[in-house]
Amino acid sequence: MKPIYLDNNATTAVAPEVREAMLPFLEEFYGNPSSMHTFGGQVHRKVEDARAQVAALIGADPGEIIFTSCGSESDNTALMSSLESFPARKHVITTRVEHPAVLNFAKHLGRKGYRITYISVDSFGRLDMDAFKKSLDDNVAVVSIMHANNETGVVFPIAEIGAILKERGILFHTDAVQTVGKIAINLKELPVDMLSLSGHKLHAPKGIGALYVRKGTRFYPYLIGGHQERGRRAGTENVPYIIALGKACEIALENISNEGEYVGRLRDKLEKALLASCPDTRINGDTVNRLPNTTNISFEYVEGEAILLRIDRHGICASSGSACTSGALEPSHVLRAMGVPFTAIHGSVRFSLSRYNTEAEIDKVIEALPPIIKELRTLSPFGRDKLPGCSVSA
Amino acid sequence: MWEYTDKVKDLFLNPKNVGEIENPDAVGEVGSLTCGDALKLMLKIDKETGKIQDAKFQTFGCASAIASSSALTELIKGKTLEEARKITNQEIADYLGGLPDEKMHCSVMGQEALEAAIASYRGEEVAAEPHEKIVCRCFNISEEKIRRVAIENHLTTVEEITNFTKAGGGCGGCIPDIEAILKDVWAVKEAPKPKEPKKLTNLQKIALIQDVLEREIRPKLQADGGDLELLDIEGNRVVIALRAMCVSCPMGGVTVQGIEAKLKELVSADIVVESR
Repeated sequence: MKPIYLDNNATTAVAPEVREAMLPFLEEFYGNPSSMHTFGGQVHRKVEDARAQVAALIGADPGEIIFTSCGSESDNTALMSSLESFPARKHVITTRVEHPAVLNFAKHLGRKGYRITYISVDSFGRLDMDAFKKSLDDNVAVVSIMHANNETGVVFPIAEIGAILKERGILFHTDAVQTVGKIAINLKELPVDMLSLSGHKLHAPKGIGALYVRKGTRFYPYLIGGHQERGRRAGTENVPYIIALGKACEIALENISNEGEYVGRLRDKLEKALLASCPDTRINGDTVNRLPNTTNISFEYVEGEAILLRIDRHGICASSGSACTSGALEPSHVLRAMGVPFTAIHGSVRFSLSRYNTEAEIDKVIEALPPIIKELRTLSPFGRDKLPGCSVSA
Repeated sequence: MWEYTDKVKDLFLNPKNVGEIENPDAVGEVGSLTCGDALKLMLKIDKETGKIQDAKFQTFGCASAIASSSALTELIKGKTLEEARKITNQEIADYLGGLPDEKMHCSVMGQEALEAAIASYRGEEVAAEPHEKIVCRCFNISEEKIRRVAIENHLTTVEEITNFTKAGGGCGGCIPDIEAILKDVWAVKEAPKPKEPKKLTNLQKIALIQDVLEREIRPKLQADGGDLELLDIEGNRVVIALRAMCVSCPMGGVTVQGIEAKLKELVSADIVVESR
């Protein structure tokens, strides 16, 4: 059975064109781009082509792109580079809802003696801009605020944030892993100094990412060694995956407006149908400023892992913020920061779509899910009196 | 994805004994919506023989919670209350062919529901007495429960305690307390050595104060969203500034007293802490 894959914020399928483009570099073109001979040199040119493709998607100059191994490496590099650039500044500002690649790194810095400010969000997952403005001081080395949240899809106003920081001369890094390829980004206009992206969220393979560093920004490498990436990231280039990321960015640029509209329509259909057929169900997060592909829905009185394993039998793939699905038994830090009640966090399910989803797949989910919620609710000791369960006919 | 046994998967997808018993002889309820799992166990008991004639459950929780509830009802049906009472959480886990470490708390929940049901049948005081000291506030876990589960299952690390009881799995603020409980449970009791007062050089004292603040104080404040900064040390006068959540916290004064007490204990009895 082909899975109905609605977990694209976790990872995506490698696009067939991407696979096609990278395969020669696992076969005949295995040369080292740093070599003097033609055999290696031709690979170097392809790497530079890929760099231009990545730059084009986000409105950057190719020289502003550094290839990394993943989004986490990009995030860690950006933060460390900022601290090394401004050694006298001991204050870092981020948010309570960041991806662990930033959040846990910030906590690590906190243990090293840095002062960390975690900006809160409201019940819709929107950033507290007043608190953000008040937190700024002359001791800030870097502000790292994600472009869109991976769990709720809520998009933060990074243009506004960037403008404020630019005026104050404070470095601004954004983790755009969830937005690159999903919504248009133009760094010619967007006042961002550093931006992280990850290949496997936009139909390239896992194990490749990039960090955008605006020309003129002070930069210190995180991985030290050879002269690769013009001395900004040591280690022999992961050529096949760099080619793959380039191709994936090229395809994303071609499709970005149509694709957003297409997945947005499917997402809205799914969301409306589930809310209509299941009582005591709510959407988590701001539905106005949101990625077109993401919806985070809480089904009260049932537990997320139980939902996931039941829909898994129908081949439906999604994820949950429930404590039981995380290794640490800790419910989603994002939903907790939003003040979502524990009961709703445990029953939260995130559906994230991609261009490869079809209307027929969405219809199947709309058909399969309500009876599962109904059945799990009959199993549950809670909410029985007021809950009719889900209407299966919807 | 969790590695569930076929038995767990089967009892999750096709749970046995789901539902309610009309006029049950005994009911045991444990857990809550907030905790992320809860179990209501209902029993029909033969007054003559003391045997459990029927058992049914309702569970809010993950696959292993539902499977553990199902396993529990299968295990106890037909047994006398005395026999049933001897069932341990390990037996529930064994019936399921094992549970992932992180999910052992589901089997503990089953055992507790049974205990609560038997207690209610006998008219005994139901668990969760108000006098119990709550260690983990996220999941409402008492010190008594941590001690009991640690001893019954030979648990020696905080991680194991979290797996079996969930305590410490939320904000993590109680992890030092759990460590202390474990130390106490498994320690070979020995009389505390009287402290030998030792004369520290200024340099040693400053280093020790910094060390205590970094290792003992700041992690606890940070767990509650607070922080502090060490501004200066002059002789025995330690000047700090409260940061982050501590700034607006009405308990700030108490926090400073607590820091002073800790420094008096670990560095020198003459320490005075001032906050700016």
